[in-house]
Amino acid sequence: MRLPRQHLALAAGILGAVIVSLFSNSLDAYLLDVALGIGINIILAVSLNLVNGHTGQFSLGHAGFMSIGAYLSAACTVFIGPQLFGSAAPGALAQNLLFLGALLVGGLCAAFAGLLVGIPSLRLKGDYLALVTLGFGEIIRVIFQNIDKLGGALGFNGVPAYTTFGWTYTWVALTIFTVTCLVNSTYGRGFLATHDDEIASESIGLNTTRYKITAFTIGAFFAGVAGGLFAHLKLSIDPRGFDFMRSIEIVVMVILGGMGNTLGVILAAVLLTLLPEVLRPIAEYRMVLYSFLLIVLMIARPQGLLNFRLGKNRL
Amino acid sequence: MTEFLQQLINGLSLGAIYALLALGYTMVYGVLRFINFAHADVFMIGSFAGYYLGQHVPAGTLWGGMSVLLAAMLICAVLGVAIERFAYRPLRGGPTLNVLITAIGVSLLLENGGQLVFGATPRTFPQIFPFTRFQFGHLIVSSNQLVVIAVAAFLIAALQLIIYRTRMGMAMRAVSLNPKAAQLVGVNINTVIAFTFALGSALAGAGGILYSMNYPSIDPLMGVMPGLKAFTAAILGGIGNIPGAALGGLILGGAETFIGGSQFSTYKDAIAFGILIVILLFRPSGLLGRRTIEKV
Amino acid sequence: MHFPLRTLAPFTLLALAAVMLPGCKPKVADDSVIRVGEFASLTGKEAAFGQSSHKGTVLAIEELNAAGGVLGKKIDLISEDNQSKPGESSTIVKKLITRDQVVALLGEVASSRSLEAAPIAQAAKIPMISPSSTNPAVTATGDCIFRVCFIDPFQGTALAKFALSHLKAKRVAVLTSVSSAYSVGLSKYFHEEFLKDGGDIVADLKYSEGDKDFNAQLTTIRAAKPDAIFVPGYYTEVALIAKQARELGITVPLFGGDGWEAPELLTIGGKAVEGCFYSTHYSPDIPTEAVQTFVKKFRARYNGETPDAMAALGYDSAMVLADAVKRAGTTDSAKLRDAIAATKDFEGVTGKTSIDADRNASKAAVILEVKDGKFTFVESVAP
Repeated sequence: MRLPRQHLALAAGILGAVIVSLFSNSLDAYLLDVALGIGINIILAVSLNLVNGHTGQFSLGHAGFMSIGAYLSAACTVFIGPQLFGSAAPGALAQNLLFLGALLVGGLCAAFAGLLVGIPSLRLKGDYLALVTLGFGEIIRVIFQNIDKLGGALGFNGVPAYTTFGWTYTWVALTIFTVTCLVNSTYGRGFLATHDDEIASESIGLNTTRYKITAFTIGAFFAGVAGGLFAHLKLSIDPRGFDFMRSIEIVVMVILGGMGNTLGVILAAVLLTLLPEVLRPIAEYRMVLYSFLLIVLMIARPQGLLNFRLGKNRL
Repeated sequence: MTEFLQQLINGLSLGAIYALLALGYTMVYGVLRFINFAHADVFMIGSFAGYYLGQHVPAGTLWGGMSVLLAAMLICAVLGVAIERFAYRPLRGGPTLNVLITAIGVSLLLENGGQLVFGATPRTFPQIFPFTRFQFGHLIVSSNQLVVIAVAAFLIAALQLIIYRTRMGMAMRAVSLNPKAAQLVGVNINTVIAFTFALGSALAGAGGILYSMNYPSIDPLMGVMPGLKAFTAAILGGIGNIPGAALGGLILGGAETFIGGSQFSTYKDAIAFGILIVILLFRPSGLLGRRTIEKV
Repeated sequence: MHFPLRTLAPFTLLALAAVMLPGCKPKVADDSVIRVGEFASLTGKEAAFGQSSHKGTVLAIEELNAAGGVLGKKIDLISEDNQSKPGESSTIVKKLITRDQVVALLGEVASSRSLEAAPIAQAAKIPMISPSSTNPAVTATGDCIFRVCFIDPFQGTALAKFALSHLKAKRVAVLTSVSSAYSVGLSKYFHEEFLKDGGDIVADLKYSEGDKDFNAQLTTIRAAKPDAIFVPGYYTEVALIAKQARELGITVPLFGGDGWEAPELLTIGGKAVEGCFYSTHYSPDIPTEAVQTFVKKFRARYNGETPDAMAALGYDSAMVLADAVKRAGTTDSAKLRDAIAATKDFEGVTGKTSIDADRNASKAAVILEVKDGKFTFVESVAP
């Protein structure tokens, strides 16, 4: 039986991730940290790309979905975990199952939030949508800051370190696979049509509403998973770390890579995660360079730095 | 009762500042149909301009305060025109999303550049206007609050005058109704847009000074929250509508103050966003705005 | 037409792996120096704290190295800046541990950032000494985490007693910052002790870090007519709160904790903070020889600047670490950890420091008053 190319690529990706993971103990912990950060950012950027790039809906609240995934998956492992396993440390299989469960819970709750945000907001266009999503992101942050059970201002500490190279890059492969296959399918052409011209799409019978909601929800799901991976990597999450600056950082990755260009976005995510580490000695100048880059990019090459196929005005 | 009146004065004072900022947003949106994210950071530059200029005038004099205010407004006007010229004009005619992203870029540049140049530690804003307290029973009104309300009211009235009684104002209204038609009848779009930015940024600069008078701790990120809230106010009142922006500012200032004094004070910021979302979902044209139907 | 993405993906992953492999365990580190890592908020919103603590630490290290180092080796202090941002501390601590191979960590001033780094240090079994994080959760993270200052339950209690005895305030209003672990914790402990001792909390309001406008909360507080206002926050907001309180005609004194201590409190607060009190770890006015020598040395090193509590604690944390290395006779993590835990009656600038079973230091607090634009010593509260 011949498997389609995408499925082979997915399997290869997951296998590669697991193999590297087995060697991760002999890797420099700091480099591993950076690599996992890259993976998480790839998931965030690719999932946002589905909403912003492919479907053309400008969402500025992605960090909010990430935070939902982070908090809820951490709540699962910290609160529910001990109830399932008692005080003994869980075995490897049990631990991985718990982590998978926690990630899925986080992702699904984030997806649900994406649904809640998406349904009322989809009537809005461009700037307005950007602001509403920004507003939602901020409201989510304020809510978490006020929930004492999840740490409140203290932040949620004591999250077990379940994130490994294997897990992260498995989800990276899954995210890329899902988004790419979705967009390149017959159904998925609807996303691109919605992006290109909503009115024309409606007039030929496409339910743009449904596509927009779907994009939002799927994007939010993966953002939630990324959040869960993030929480179990940093071991401590602070509501202030999920503010709109975080959302904007993810947006910059999508723009740099070229909206709608998955490969470009992946490379941009890698670049923009490595850059702060490399530029750590001149960290103060990093953000200034960032913003300058953004302006120059939009004026000179709005299709993204790493986008090699689309024309100048086709966004 | 006194507490209610006191909160009312506080709310009015805060609302006046939001109104000034909101006017800038609404004017630029009316003319260019996009949200100038960098507006809040022009506000911040106005504060810092006032900080540095304030060191050179004697503290607490009327003429000193006025000159700092006017100078800061001028500096911000120039900055606004420069931003438009170099960052937004090249993208005119393209997708509005591009300009939006550029605006975010300019905003980040000003914020992070500010942190680099001014340092992130908050500075104390000098007392540039003479300061007294007026007491009516238990009600205390500081002269700073009165100056804020007076200056804001004056500027809003001046703005109305400019827009409805001058040629340039008429040109602005024409461009906001239909840019192409306006060009056809001979309006110089570039001049009008530059003027709009200058005016809006001057108001932001004034807002920055007034804000810092009441809350004298300034830092490069100070514009972020007031900017978002002022933008909410502009939408609340109806984006593109000038009296609407003023009204929206006052309502938001009042709501925020009363929530802040209650036991839900930590949800203060969320209130602004909540209002934003509710308005956009149920009445996107705002309180005083007109419903426009998109024609194909 | 397009890049063969689907076939590129696994190659990208393998390429990533290939890049990682050379990054395996770095070369054996240089053993002729003792590498100590410091992570602090050298820039950003709480730069005042980080810079202060950094200066104290650097002074201590320079002093130790001038005297020949510890165990015959010089100490190499590697400092990293977390820009006062959440999320940064965990990355830089990982870097300090794995790339720079430090034998111990000094940091952080703020409890929330210490909490962020502590699990990582604990997992790597690298001893970490916080100079001034006062939230009890920090040392509760694990047995490698220590601090050389008092903790908030003690500080909150001391302040409650101070309010009742010195300020004669039976009715107190509280204004807490909900976005800081330190403020929430200190507020909670104050509440408990104050109510237990018969005090009355007439208003209990909240604000967020970064807020500029407190008129709403202060108006409500004014209506409740308290004898004093407790503000357990950081200096940036406290200064504004004091100013706005005075503008609203509130004349009762404000008091708070060690988060007040920074020169900006005076520059921003001005006359508004006159007659206000706060608790901290030390005062440069204490007439003991240890303090006065330290003050002289600090002024000589840093252009006449007077050291504050953060600087003094930064200094002490480095000194305690050096003393522990001497006693352990080695920089081996486990033995060093035990040596730090066994610190008893170490004569520090901030008083006699003994590490107790919970890895906290049991120290006296000092209460300072703002008088004539200066911080003046009022009294000392023993544990």
